[in-house]
Amino acid sequence: MLTKRVIACLDVHAGRVVKGVQFVDLIDAGDPAMQAARHAREGADEIVLLDITATHEGRQTLLDTVRRTALELFVPFCVGGGIRSARDAEQVFEAGADKVSINSAALADPALISAIGASFGAQAVVVAIDARRDPEAADPVRDAQVFVQGGRRPVGRAVVEWAREAEQRGAGEILLTSMDSDGTRAGFDCELTAAVSEAVGIPVIASGGAGTVGHFAEVFGRGRADAALAASIFHFGVTTSRSLKEELAQVGVPVRLPC
Amino acid sequence: MRVTVIDYKAGNLTSVLKTLRHLGAETFVTDGDLSLVESAERIVLPGVGHFAATERLDTTGLTGTIRAAIARGVPFLGICVGMQWLYAGSTEAPQQAGLGYFPESCSHFAESTEKVPHVGWNSLEVRKGSRLLAGVEPGEFVYFTHSYKGPVTADTAAVTQYIEPFAAAVERDNVMGAQFHPEKSGETGLKILRNFLAWRAREAAC
Repeated sequence: MLTKRVIACLDVHAGRVVKGVQFVDLIDAGDPAMQAARHAREGADEIVLLDITATHEGRQTLLDTVRRTALELFVPFCVGGGIRSARDAEQVFEAGADKVSINSAALADPALISAIGASFGAQAVVVAIDARRDPEAADPVRDAQVFVQGGRRPVGRAVVEWAREAEQRGAGEILLTSMDSDGTRAGFDCELTAAVSEAVGIPVIASGGAGTVGHFAEVFGRGRADAALAASIFHFGVTTSRSLKEELAQVGVPVRLPC
Repeated sequence: MRVTVIDYKAGNLTSVLKTLRHLGAETFVTDGDLSLVESAERIVLPGVGHFAATERLDTTGLTGTIRAAIARGVPFLGICVGMQWLYAGSTEAPQQAGLGYFPESCSHFAESTEKVPHVGWNSLEVRKGSRLLAGVEPGEFVYFTHSYKGPVTADTAAVTQYIEPFAAAVERDNVMGAQFHPEKSGETGLKILRNFLAWRAREAAC
């Protein structure tokens, strides 16, 4: 049986894992390679490494970090942040990533999705969408808007429509982050996740708001998510993928339990 | 352990190479140097992406050289599209012939309410006697990402259920294939690759 994936996200700044709320008040949360290996050992189904600095100067540091992290990691490994061209993506793949996550660069140039897919396969292209509900709209969920710059700037596109276009252009998966929920630990935006998941035929990874086991069960259930991503609840030993998955299994969610 | 890895410009080899090296293999990559196949001790054909990319195996002459190596008894492992290539072909690229070691063809998942591609960790129903999957217990999972699949036949080494039962692995004599990605399947995947690296022809019975 195909299981629901639990994905551990490492936010990385200048070669270190960091944690903060909405990218401020950053706390050092360790070495990316060690953290990734620990998450994999504890049962994370996939690792996402997100470069939150994503400056030009930081690229070499990032590639070194990816290389070091990939070396002993034998589960799928996705890298995002600052990938603006097919060449950027190629360097990240050569360093050992299996997938890249692209966000604002795909919005600026949607042909980038197929350009990366043509060389590395659609399964390697994850289109990340930062979404906010539109409280002014008749249907705040169906009309949720795409944002960039950490949720500060709307781009004038509806989330569901952009997800569909990304799929048509050859995205392998959608990583949907609810900026309304991100950092709150109050639960995923299940309505928005379900709206996107039902609109596309490719897997949807829910992100933003993970706080309890119940939140994961909800987003896998009524949120129709194929995978769910969390960062902060895994840091500093708050909970592990193992304990999270054992509890999910108890409530009937199909998950891969680590050996 | 020397392993020749075939590069036919379909996706990224880094993960496969890194994992084989982690398991102690010395890797040689060829994108057309036939001597590396002629001298190969073991061959791995990775692959993500489109079946049409396997055309490059024909144009470079690798297809014939690999066929001869298989006939000599060299252990061969195809991964994902690399496994699909062992069949006669795939509906993904009907004009492109596969190796035809297995006479059937690969096809797209049937229309369904389930999502395609099939992405994620799924379980294996391992057939008795599989050497590639020796030691893989019920309840172990491997990582898939694909939209096309091979049919369940007598050569199927493991069956996985998604929309319909399909061949998660094939195995006949020295030729093996995995539809999933052992290099991305955690400890279970490492165990499977170790089995491949340890594979030896059985002594002929006297």
